[in-house]
Amino acid sequence: MKPINEVVSVITPLDRKNVDTDQIISKEFLKRIERTGFGKYLFYHWRFDENGQEKKDFILNDERYKESEILVAHENFGCGSSREHAPWSIMDYGFRVVIAPSFADIFHNNCFKNGILPIKLSVAEVEELLANGQQEPFKVEVNLEEQTVTAQDGKVYSFEIDPYQKQMLLNGWDEISLTFQYEEHIAAFEEKQRV
Amino acid sequence: MAKTIIEKIWEQHIVYEEKGKPDLLYIDLHLLHEVTSPQAFEGLRLANRKVRRPDLCFATMDHNVPTKNLPIIKDPIAKKQITTLEKNCQEFGIELADMEHPDQGIVHIIGPELGLTQPGKTIVCGDSHTSTHGAFGAIAFGIGTSEVEHVLSTQTLWQAKPKTMEIRINGKLGFGVTAKDVILAIIAKFGIDMGTGHIIEYTGEAIRNLTMEERMTICNMSIEAGAKAGLISPDETTINYLKGRRYVPQGEAFEQAAQNWLALATDEGATYDTVLEIDADEIEPFVTWGTNPSMGSGINAHVPFAADFKEESDREALKKALAYMGLEEGQPLTSIDIQHVFIGSCTNARLSDLQAAAEVVKGKKVHPSVTAIVVPGSRTVKKQAEEEGLDAIFLEAGFEWRESGCSMCLAMNDDVVPAGERCASTSNRNFEGRQGAGSRTHLMSPAMAAASAISGHFVDVREMVAAKA
Repeated sequence: MKPINEVVSVITPLDRKNVDTDQIISKEFLKRIERTGFGKYLFYHWRFDENGQEKKDFILNDERYKESEILVAHENFGCGSSREHAPWSIMDYGFRVVIAPSFADIFHNNCFKNGILPIKLSVAEVEELLANGQQEPFKVEVNLEEQTVTAQDGKVYSFEIDPYQKQMLLNGWDEISLTFQYEEHIAAFEEKQRV
Repeated sequence: MAKTIIEKIWEQHIVYEEKGKPDLLYIDLHLLHEVTSPQAFEGLRLANRKVRRPDLCFATMDHNVPTKNLPIIKDPIAKKQITTLEKNCQEFGIELADMEHPDQGIVHIIGPELGLTQPGKTIVCGDSHTSTHGAFGAIAFGIGTSEVEHVLSTQTLWQAKPKTMEIRINGKLGFGVTAKDVILAIIAKFGIDMGTGHIIEYTGEAIRNLTMEERMTICNMSIEAGAKAGLISPDETTINYLKGRRYVPQGEAFEQAAQNWLALATDEGATYDTVLEIDADEIEPFVTWGTNPSMGSGINAHVPFAADFKEESDREALKKALAYMGLEEGQPLTSIDIQHVFIGSCTNARLSDLQAAAEVVKGKKVHPSVTAIVVPGSRTVKKQAEEEGLDAIFLEAGFEWRESGCSMCLAMNDDVVPAGERCASTSNRNFEGRQGAGSRTHLMSPAMAAASAISGHFVDVREMVAAKA
């Protein structure tokens, strides 16, 4: 997994709440057996019309945001399905950070397995960022080590993150290799269960 | 100290705990299907890892499988996913109920049917509706593909202990009110994200009176309230359902297991982080009108007005939802015409669901402007239904009678609702495009969907059944 610490980018303001995983990655793209190549399908039915042409009024199709690595949205981002294709498509598209007031549990968890940093800020803070980002491209600097988001206007937003998840992201660790270090505990548990 | 069932099961499964880390939790049952597993198996191969406990895994094919003209899959990408699961199960020694196997079905229907699902177990699957298995008093939750790979290699998961929530349903359900109406009413009342970070225990008189199949419908949609899992303490109903099923202990061993299972029930005086209550008599047959499962109302209500909402973001969400759904503010729900009916999914495709729908349609005809399909949840359900003659009732009424699978719930196979058309569906999600790009989904119970099929629009099924009586 690719480690992550600092990300500097304009934000992509997605002015929606309860963005569900079916919108992030639609089911017709779940048939592939690879982990990569999902970026072109991200928000497919919001991005493209029935002829595959870009919809002009969708934020991801605005040239000014095309290089953005930070997505900002309202509450309960990623609700719905457990499909990890959702974070895969977000990552493959080029986002490394998602900022929202809250996330659905499975999606939130899946982000950490893929080197995506989900940041929870308050509703008021997210609304402020969205308002700034909607007027014109608005740059922020995310620092995971410091747990801060520093906006181009100098305002600093602090965020909380689980210390275990933070270390996973900073180091880009493979969780399965880590768990193998607890093999004797697992074996002992299985032995106890057998009795 | 008095404990909830949630704490009891959690504590029994801690392999390792350390301050500042999530708990390392043992997983007793790992269910697999074709869509969320291929990348996990590929990960094992790339790292030269094995499956630690193939005996605790069980796989089936459900999301992609066709529901007619078996076993031909026209879509080559879908077909590859199916054959990949076959190959992976063979290579890693995992039991598989493949497309034509008599045990095949939706993963959350066959787990309980076979008795793989048992009280006190930790159960995972790369599917968010794994919460279904909580009906038996198990901690069951959906995981992503990276976690599927983690469980395959280690039979464990690192999990932060969730908060506990009690949802108590007081009193008795009224005539014609089903488990589906209960869970839809709960989500509408408390919100689509009220369960985030929690495991819910459903309690109260109304829950105790439900059959196991009805309890599964409730727990199934815990995820639609954002909960990590939802469960119900085991009781005699649970034990009676499980007795004699293939994978449960038999004979004396079963009696011993049953004692242990009953002891898991939440202790009197145990406390929860959050408690919510709802009165059974305020619940009516329910229909959703929006683009997430919390956007629903009793059948005799109307589509809300933007002015009903205090927050601007909710008013915006309503407008977007109604624009997508092609509905007007204030429109009575009974005035909404439909073109499709889908009776199926891990929420409502068990035998009792089909019986409830059949009772409504018996001797009637599907409205000429409606296409209606019944997709049994498993091959076993299909067989049982046919033995009772339910297939004949549906076929005579003008329904199609299909093979089992996830089908039109998420429309990964050919069972798709066309753009702009409206479907009365017994499934669990009404997200934009869920049943096909541009499709419009309304969630409801099997009886309500059956009544809509006959009427061609939403209707209070209680009037129809009462009229018959």
